[in-house]
Amino acid sequence: MAEAALSSVAKPAAQGDSRLKVLRRFELGDQAFHILTKTCAVAVLLLLGGVIFSLIHGSIPALEKFGFGFLTSQAWNPVTENFGAAPAIYGTLITSIIALAIAVPLGLGIAVFLTELCPYALRRPIGIAVELLAGIPSIIYGIWGMFVLAPFLQEHVQPAIIAIFANVPLLNQLFSGPPYGIGIATAGLILSIMILPLISSISRDVFETVPTVLKESAFGIGCTRWEVIRNIVAPYTGVGLVGGIMLALGRALGETMAVTFVIGNAHKIAPSILGPGTTISATIANEFTEADGAIYTSSLITLGLLLFIITFIVLSISRLLLMRIESQGAR
Amino acid sequence: MSALQAARKTRSAVAMGLCVASAGVGLIALAFILAALFWNGFSGLNLKVFTEMTPPPGSAGGLLNAIVGSLIMTFFGVLIGAPLGMFAGTYMAEYGRNSKLTTVVRFINDILLSAPSIVIGLFVYEITVVQMGHFSAIAGSIALAFLVVPVVVRTTEDMLNLVPGSLREAATALGLPRSLVIRHVAYKAARAGLITGLLLAVARVSGETAPLLFTALNNQFWSTKLDAPMASLPVVIFQFALSPYKEWQQLAWAGALLITLAVLALSITARVLGAQRTSK
Repeated sequence: MAEAALSSVAKPAAQGDSRLKVLRRFELGDQAFHILTKTCAVAVLLLLGGVIFSLIHGSIPALEKFGFGFLTSQAWNPVTENFGAAPAIYGTLITSIIALAIAVPLGLGIAVFLTELCPYALRRPIGIAVELLAGIPSIIYGIWGMFVLAPFLQEHVQPAIIAIFANVPLLNQLFSGPPYGIGIATAGLILSIMILPLISSISRDVFETVPTVLKESAFGIGCTRWEVIRNIVAPYTGVGLVGGIMLALGRALGETMAVTFVIGNAHKIAPSILGPGTTISATIANEFTEADGAIYTSSLITLGLLLFIITFIVLSISRLLLMRIESQGAR
Repeated sequence: MSALQAARKTRSAVAMGLCVASAGVGLIALAFILAALFWNGFSGLNLKVFTEMTPPPGSAGGLLNAIVGSLIMTFFGVLIGAPLGMFAGTYMAEYGRNSKLTTVVRFINDILLSAPSIVIGLFVYEITVVQMGHFSAIAGSIALAFLVVPVVVRTTEDMLNLVPGSLREAATALGLPRSLVIRHVAYKAARAGLITGLLLAVARVSGETAPLLFTALNNQFWSTKLDAPMASLPVVIFQFALSPYKEWQQLAWAGALLITLAVLALSITARVLGAQRTSK
């Protein structure tokens, strides 16, 4: 009797023991998984930290030798090991500005077309096509630019432009020299085609955050379509549009392959945008594997650091602006 | 009054006309690119492209070693990058949904998503090629992995955020520990979305050239050794397109077509999977 009572008490205790063990194992597994995921999240931060640290580390020799003069010097001489970043920075900025000047109006036009004018049946197919094009690797745009666009511009477009502006002061400086085909203007044009799908699809997404009621009330008091876009859609989406454009600018600044094929790789700042130039990314892509000597390699890494700093700032601004429109959409 | 109205209507019509025109210009430009790509690509494409090695200058050959090299490095890049990105995304969506760490990681991750890939290449060069003393396929895979991570982090977080909280609550009420709720309930519910993210990541890295230029370099011969330089489709395209040899340029077009078709197939599959999920 007493034995039976004892065993009946002991049994659940044993069961509870194994149960405790299982729970303990669950708890350990739980903690391990939590720590694992958290470590990976922190690793993403470390990745960025690692990029910044290694670039700074790699650029120390060049910065020690040239100091801040590196930013303004136009020299690029591997033989005497004298380097400067000015032509590459200039080329990077000017090609991106050309790209934005062409792609922003076109991209906004496409977005307006997709959200306001396009027949419903075509909206999804065209929208999807634009998004698919945004994913095409940039090297495709590059070889198209080199084999198709550059010869076309050289034969048919650039001579005409040079002739038209030959007697216009200032502009004849901007559009002068022999028509090379390749050069800063061509690179800017290729970049503009490349970022066009990106700008269009972001602007379309941003336009779609406008509440229909707002637009309908404007139409209701007799606004034309243009007036609705100008006075309702544009102010409502302004911040998001600027964010999207900055994102495209970030892409254009750092783009390598689309530019390298057609930029001409000339380390000089020429007044004519038809002439060859270089960008930071094109310089690195063209010369890094062939660079011998610590100073040459280090100068190229310093260029990379500059590019990273510029795009980091542009992309940060873009994220902050886009975050604002996202919270607006959620409201 | 009617003059004003007419002026307003004309202005609107002109503006809308410009929008239609810009859509036309944009689509025609992109159509031109695709047309040139398909025209030149298909005329350069034949069976030899898939069976022969990259040729020396001025002779015919194929892209076999480059295709295999691309596949190997993409595979290892995704193998390294995807789990890291998935766990990071899991933390952001499941454990630290409102924590400060998540906000910071999301911000940094979005920047990494658009950061110039050539800079990632420089970083990997510094940490692998300089340490090992030579270029290698491992370095190339690591460079690609770092490009996979932000894409996967982003999609994982987004997809897990879409999983209804009631599912997790139901599982928790049954006594399931949190890690099992995530692995057996949340992951299953978000499976299609997670695969979509993976496919997008593969599409993203399969055309990347810049980071491979000075990590994996190139290799004219057949090589599957991971600690030796390895050819990849984008780098071969880059080298061949810039060459003066007709055969090389043809192969460059063929390779470009292959990459584009692969990327389009991947993104369309991803899209179809994503659409299935939302329609359910």
